[in-house]
Amino acid sequence: MSRSTSTIGSPDRRLRAPVALALPALICLAVLALPLISLLVRTPWSDLAELLSDESARTALRLSLECAAAATGLSLLFGVPLAWMLAKTDFPGRQLVRALVTLPLVLPPVVSGLALLLAFGRRGVFGRYLDQWFGIQLPFTTAGVILAETFVAMPFLIVTVEGALRSADQDLEEAATTLRASRFTIFRRITLPLIGPSLIAGSVLCFGRALGEFGATITFAGNFSGTTQTMPLAVYDALETNPDAAIALSLVLLATAVVILTALHRRWLPAVGGGL
Amino acid sequence: MRRRIRIRAVSVGVSVSLALGSLALAGCGSGSTATASGSTPEPGSSSLAVTGTITVLAAASLQEAFTTLGKQFEAAHPGTTVRLSFGASSALALQITEGAPADVFASASAANMKQVTDAQDAAQAVLFASNVMEIAVPPDNPAAISNVDDLARAGIKIALCQPQVPCGSTARQVFAKAGITVTPVTLEADVKSTLAKVQTGEVDAGVVYVTDVRAAGTKVKGIEIPSRINASTSYPIATLSHASNAGGAQAFVDYVLSADGQAVLTADGFAKP
Repeated sequence: MSRSTSTIGSPDRRLRAPVALALPALICLAVLALPLISLLVRTPWSDLAELLSDESARTALRLSLECAAAATGLSLLFGVPLAWMLAKTDFPGRQLVRALVTLPLVLPPVVSGLALLLAFGRRGVFGRYLDQWFGIQLPFTTAGVILAETFVAMPFLIVTVEGALRSADQDLEEAATTLRASRFTIFRRITLPLIGPSLIAGSVLCFGRALGEFGATITFAGNFSGTTQTMPLAVYDALETNPDAAIALSLVLLATAVVILTALHRRWLPAVGGGL
Repeated sequence: MRRRIRIRAVSVGVSVSLALGSLALAGCGSGSTATASGSTPEPGSSSLAVTGTITVLAAASLQEAFTTLGKQFEAAHPGTTVRLSFGASSALALQITEGAPADVFASASAANMKQVTDAQDAAQAVLFASNVMEIAVPPDNPAAISNVDDLARAGIKIALCQPQVPCGSTARQVFAKAGITVTPVTLEADVKSTLAKVQTGEVDAGVVYVTDVRAAGTKVKGIEIPSRINASTSYPIATLSHASNAGGAQAFVDYVLSADGQAVLTADGFAKP
């Protein structure tokens, strides 16, 4: 499917762009590219190894990768079933649920963090009972970081997977139904493999968003090296004390993002990757 | 035809909301409604008329005092607008050396002012106030903290400012004098964020300025730190070399140093420098 779409856009069918379109397009490209190029230009290449071997930098990188991976895992575990519900079943308030799911995509992350604090903070609406009944306190813990990242990044996975479920071929599932396969067996043996590429694409997007999460994390989980200070928080911290270190850390995040997008584009999903 | 009209209506809607957004942004932290006059004198020009907009970057701990000072200054000098932006002194110093357009810088520590004067962004700074630290706890004091030594107890959640921020470095001086080791759960970007973590009850205690505890009213409870182990920080203020409103900047600094200005600071709990 993806191969056939890529041939539609073959070079011989492409149009020559009129100036009225080419010029704004170039400006657009400049706005997007110049900051990233400047980051590369100002990178202290000679000190890079030393800056990145710093203990707190490595701690932040490790914590970031662990938390983003955990957030992606949670999103797969809980988000895929919800995506399935949204795509395949009809229940009252489905549109409302869908709107709710996409809300974190457009909500300023600091607002997400505040909402999380009001819900799961030590004196939050639900958090007080977590504390009283189970002794669980989420703010200022790594679990809090994972929750914040999941809240912000899970919608990317749900939206991607729901789209794939809607457009996936129904014939195989129907055939399986006639063979009396249970709905869960169909989901596990047929639906999941069918949407495999989208599952990967959604997970990678989710991981990337989680890795870059800042606002919700610093608002809800605080900022302390080793427990809650992820890479973006470390960049923010370093900016005031050691701008070179901030640039070096930013470079790592940029490189990670490039790797994610390239992998998405080349390996698994030309169509989705190209549509990013 | 209909479609075109609809598109236009949408674009008007967008530009209106953009305008509203920028207005809201301009109003954010300024505490005033008027906007820049645009015709401000060049720095070093002969006319040092006190008019137009004066942009003041001030330490977060000065929020209440400088908001009052700004209003009083505007009343004393009709035709002026004081735009205030508050943040960690370290963050503001960085903004200034990176070229943020501002006229006056009021720092919570000499170190952050030195960053600015070293970069030739300000010539001369004058001390105008000083401040000491205090322990802030939620009103019900859930961890029953009664003195500085309690902060070293295990299992207590404490918020501090980051070490490069004046409230963070000054708090660390207190711990050094008291001979204790404090392990915070979070290092906040400025003193108001630290205070907010106490106000919301997310931490058992935070170490902030005396003035912040006073400004928070009944939302937090203050526990005094005895003067033999307390540490203080001095607040320098300076006009900036690249001020677009040099006359206004000097007038504002003069006002802060005047009897009227000092009265506002004293009322908010600041000490003389």
